[in-house]
Amino acid sequence: MNAIKTFPKGGVHPHGNKAASSSQPIKNAHIPQQAIIPMSQHIGKPAECVVAIGDAVKEGMLIGKASGFVSANIHSPIPGTVKDIIEMYLPQGIKTWAIVLEFQGEFERSGKLFEKRDWKGYSAEELNSIVAEMGVVGLGGATFPSHVKYAVKPEQKIDSLLINGVECEPFLTADHRLMLEKPEELLEGIKIIQKMVKAEHVYIGIEVNKPDAISLLQQKINDANLKFEVVPLKVRYPQGDEKMLLKAVLNREVPSGGLPLDIGAVVSNVGTVYAIYEAVVWEKPLTERIVTVTGSAVVRPSNLKVRIGTKISEVIEECGGFKTPPGKIVLGGPMMGFSIADVDMPVTKGVSGILVLSKKDSHIYQNDPCIRCGRCLKACPWNLMPTVLLKEIESQNYKAALELGLMDCKECGCCTYVCPSCIPLVQTFKYGKILARKK
Amino acid sequence: METRELLISTSSPHLREGSRTSAIMWFVCLALFPASVWGVVVFGWYSLIVLVVSIFTALLTEFVITAIKKKMTLFDGSAFLTGLLIGMNMPPSIPVYIPVFATIFAVAIVKHAFGGLGRNWMNPALAGRVFAMFSWSKSMATWSLPSTLASVPGADAVSGASPLGYIKAGLLGLSVQADSPAQLSDALGSIGGPMNYLASKNFPVSSFDLGASGWLKSVLNIDIGRGYIDLFVGNVAGSIGEVSALLLLAGALFLFIKKIISWHIPAAYLGTFAFLTWLLGGFQFSLGLFQGDVLFHLFAGGLMLGVFFMATDYVTTPLTPKGMLIFGAGAGLLTFLIRFYGGLPEGVSLAIIIMNMCVPLIDRFTKPKIFGSMKKIKKGAEA
Repeated sequence: MNAIKTFPKGGVHPHGNKAASSSQPIKNAHIPQQAIIPMSQHIGKPAECVVAIGDAVKEGMLIGKASGFVSANIHSPIPGTVKDIIEMYLPQGIKTWAIVLEFQGEFERSGKLFEKRDWKGYSAEELNSIVAEMGVVGLGGATFPSHVKYAVKPEQKIDSLLINGVECEPFLTADHRLMLEKPEELLEGIKIIQKMVKAEHVYIGIEVNKPDAISLLQQKINDANLKFEVVPLKVRYPQGDEKMLLKAVLNREVPSGGLPLDIGAVVSNVGTVYAIYEAVVWEKPLTERIVTVTGSAVVRPSNLKVRIGTKISEVIEECGGFKTPPGKIVLGGPMMGFSIADVDMPVTKGVSGILVLSKKDSHIYQNDPCIRCGRCLKACPWNLMPTVLLKEIESQNYKAALELGLMDCKECGCCTYVCPSCIPLVQTFKYGKILARKK
Repeated sequence: METRELLISTSSPHLREGSRTSAIMWFVCLALFPASVWGVVVFGWYSLIVLVVSIFTALLTEFVITAIKKKMTLFDGSAFLTGLLIGMNMPPSIPVYIPVFATIFAVAIVKHAFGGLGRNWMNPALAGRVFAMFSWSKSMATWSLPSTLASVPGADAVSGASPLGYIKAGLLGLSVQADSPAQLSDALGSIGGPMNYLASKNFPVSSFDLGASGWLKSVLNIDIGRGYIDLFVGNVAGSIGEVSALLLLAGALFLFIKKIISWHIPAAYLGTFAFLTWLLGGFQFSLGLFQGDVLFHLFAGGLMLGVFFMATDYVTTPLTPKGMLIFGAGAGLLTFLIRFYGGLPEGVSLAIIIMNMCVPLIDRFTKPKIFGSMKKIKKGAEA
């Protein structure tokens, strides 16, 4: 095994809290009677709704069509009829159209056997168009359309493909379970991506708190005689950020404002790899995803394969409901996830976890003055000066904030996590970015 | 879902490490506790009154001002800490109105007039001390001997002098008496260093010091000389809280372990000061290069208190490690200059305050390099 690697500076070590769900096998969630499918589930332009109220839809049918270069198709997770098309707000604050589907009719895919597609004869472009067709987006949380990411221009030489099995967010175990339960499928998915981006080397980064996943993948790689390298990483947040992961594994620094492409690399999350595998090998559109349901206020912490559009409330109910009255429900991990005010929000492509925190664990933090202790500077993996940035934004000096690297902030939240005065640093930066862009 | 609960919705992150600003302040107070207790033990009950009055004045001032501001911050520990530090910086027999005024000045003017905690550009406790030093110079330079030295022969002759002040005054006297520079040089050269000077004037030394240094000499064969152990443990005249270098170091160690202070400022400060003292400090006694008495100058006066508890104050020091090193080195240089070439026997307070003023400048020129900024290449360019 290789030496344990990590990124050079900053970061934090929050308690993992993964034990509650890490031994729970992935189970299929119930089929929702009603599915709410927002047209904006990815970064980029929202998909265009291609059905009308009253239309009958089949399982896996295209209902939202990608519009523009950075956009992704959206498919029906269930057979049924379009009951309504509504406008709604997503937890991220985005306003979007959403299709309300009522379950009806029969499944044409689920439970049926299909023939495995032999993709080896396909060209990179053909594979890419399948990925685009199936509406695959990055499932690590960023939801960047995968076909755009993998569309490597000939002049961009990619030498390395990094598979992100880090799962550095506390509480989440979906990627961990996936690596344990579908290792062979993942390796095939990696081969597909490798062909698409024409990368010579493949690295799989996994934090050492998942030793079973590390040894299993290593064993499967050896069995299949592949050249992929499993890279054990020190447990440290935010190692799952693609730029930190590149620094940790390859010791390459993505230039400020640039992409991994600029340094000859592509990074993909294991969840995305599995979606690619299903899309290419089984012609399956992205209509479900693995969600970790956990936290101090849920009865049975679980890893569920949930259909897109299922209401959060139903998913929680399936896990036994609330153990104690919930104080906060977070979509995603506790460091970067979005808290919701409405439990009838649907699961979208980017929801990696549903974190149900008890009232005791849910806080509204009162902040004290900054005493310039410098802990935010130490914690920032991007080497920014959070407290100085904060002052510039508070005094509406956006030009100075931009010069201090406001746009280099990846909103990982380390600064806020360590601040002894509980100052809403990263929150202010998110807000400041919006205002700075307007200027 | 059968129960509809009201949910809290806030922006991420939803976790916190859990340390609080007030806890940091109280930990610093705790770290100062042993040295304060030592001061009270060796200087007597009156010094306890000085400490209590300083703390009480700080809290009362904080209470009145925060009541006017309608934002109560009495229990964040910062006012208590300021009061404690001012008390520790007072001579043991000071008339109590002096710490009262010094504390009011520190809390009301230096801290709150500039916007309260986190907004002051100068360390409030140091500002209070300097304010008192310039306003009541004589009282602020009148010391009393610790009880451990009271019965030692020679104690009467030097009562009311700290080692640094005694030497400064003595050297000044020599230069006034001397008829020519050559004569002065001869007179100084015959002394051989600060500790020898004190010994020649029969400056009191405790029996503990004599016993301990004698033991070191006979058992371990280390001859550190007379008086250093007194200086280190705090058997010496000085401010209430500054005399025990040993207990101040213990408190500083506690803060290091709790990761409240980092090594950068103390290391740069002590390193610079010690090196300059070693290199050039001998000139004071007409000795050559590398003849300065480093041990004496490290443990005499308020250096330990200043270095570990005032030069490390977050609010008035730079944010980055590089900045902290510059700050520490600057403070070390200034302390050296003031002690050896200035009119004051000490120098720590002024050195730190002068460096406090330079902090915005230091911060401006020590910005860390942002991740990915060194090789900014055009988006999409060939890697």
